[in-house]
Amino acid sequence: MDFAFMRDTFLTLIGGVPLTLNLAFMAVGLGAILALLLALMRISGLKVLNWPAQAYVFVFRGTPLLVQIFLIYYGLGQFRPTLQEWGLWVFFREPYWCAVFALTLNTAAYASEIIRGGLQSVPHNQVEAARACGMSGFLLFRRIVFPIAVRQALPAYGSEIILMVKATSLASIITMMEITGLAAKLISQSFRAVEVFVVAGLIYLVLNFIITRIIMAIEWWLSPHLRRPPAVEPRLEAAHV
Amino acid sequence: MSNGVAALSPHVASSEAAPAVSVQNLRKSFGSLEVLKGVSLNAREGDVISILGASGSGKSTMLRCINMLEVPDSGEIRIGGETIGLKKSRRGMEPADQRQVDRIRSRVAMVFQSFNLWSHMTILENVIEAPVHVQKRPKAECIAEAEELLAKVGIVDKRNQYPSHLSGGQQQRAAIARALAMHPKVMLFDEPTSALDPELVGEVLRVMRSLAEEGRTMLVVTHEMGFARDVSNRVVFLHKGVVEEEGAPAEVFEAPKSERFKQFISSHR
Repeated sequence: MDFAFMRDTFLTLIGGVPLTLNLAFMAVGLGAILALLLALMRISGLKVLNWPAQAYVFVFRGTPLLVQIFLIYYGLGQFRPTLQEWGLWVFFREPYWCAVFALTLNTAAYASEIIRGGLQSVPHNQVEAARACGMSGFLLFRRIVFPIAVRQALPAYGSEIILMVKATSLASIITMMEITGLAAKLISQSFRAVEVFVVAGLIYLVLNFIITRIIMAIEWWLSPHLRRPPAVEPRLEAAHV
Repeated sequence: MSNGVAALSPHVASSEAAPAVSVQNLRKSFGSLEVLKGVSLNAREGDVISILGASGSGKSTMLRCINMLEVPDSGEIRIGGETIGLKKSRRGMEPADQRQVDRIRSRVAMVFQSFNLWSHMTILENVIEAPVHVQKRPKAECIAEAEELLAKVGIVDKRNQYPSHLSGGQQQRAAIARALAMHPKVMLFDEPTSALDPELVGEVLRVMRSLAEEGRTMLVVTHEMGFARDVSNRVVFLHKGVVEEEGAPAEVFEAPKSERFKQFISSHR
């Protein structure tokens, strides 16, 4: 192993981290909004809403992300006149926005199922208690249903965020110079695939380690009710820390 | 005891003609099973009514109809003289105006068999939730009052703990404090001690007895014969969806008219 080369590789690839995180967080953020809408459509009990949401999830979970990226990047170009008419071409001519779009649509499909599971696992008796206090509609959702659902869904959602960080590597196929894009370019210049990919893999590993820790911290912060009360048995508490 | 308790107790209206709760000819079916077959009940202000009956007699369903957790198929429910509007829909009956239901629910507090505290909130947060977000009262005022109420039910030291950290009896007392925090005109208790270990029943009954002594209007579905006999001023016995026996506890327990109620008493000693 050529450590000097690996150090140079590291310094090159680290330049791709901002774009990797940018793509991942844009997709997760926008995808979460879309996913919440889809999940609400799924549990609405109305066929006209449930059915399209179900079809959406089926299509985007059932096809490879790479195919979706290709279809959006190359396929939408065929509709250029229409998109120009709608003022959307400014987005879809940019590989960045195509990547964000594809990643968002994809993560929304998975995340909507996670959120739906969370919403459906909210204990009925807690919803009933809220109704009995005069809560309904958005107030009931905002104060009781959603906070409980988030706590149920967060562990699974954490995995989805990590999957998205890794999925951004596919954006390199449509010229995005994130970590994998830079790695591929470096290999084409140096022909040293092993060293470059080892470094790239390590960078992803560190990123996801940090993200895992952040998600764990959020989970810990949101679930004091699942821990022992602080005053009780301090010795046991200390043993866990 | 303290002046805080006096301030919290409901003012008994002097000459209000309308009963606090009036239920007329209530009917409710679940599928082909008719659970309520025309039940009527009137509660004046300050009444403590125990609703007895075997499981499946419809007593919980009747209670849940009063605050529209179940929507009756027919009949009329009036709370403080205000009739709850109902309308027909494709799936059966439903409330005509959700805002009216929400408003009435905020004056008719309910205590559930399994406590139903919100697991993600502390005890104090549970108690102030509806006063702050439904009744839109100032938060500081609600917190001060919640602490008084928690002291009254004897768990003020648990206010920053979560429901899962409390025993069943403590959770039920917290649920009673949550109900009281809304300044309810009427309190509904749906088998409040049935999910409790025997040694925890007493602490909850003591709190309920003190509420009755304050003159609160209470409708209590219960299996606690001692409570029905000693605390309530009226007993209603439901059997297969109809009121089978009704009257002052002294009368109905000493000289039950209905054979079924006789059996029921003897089986519950």
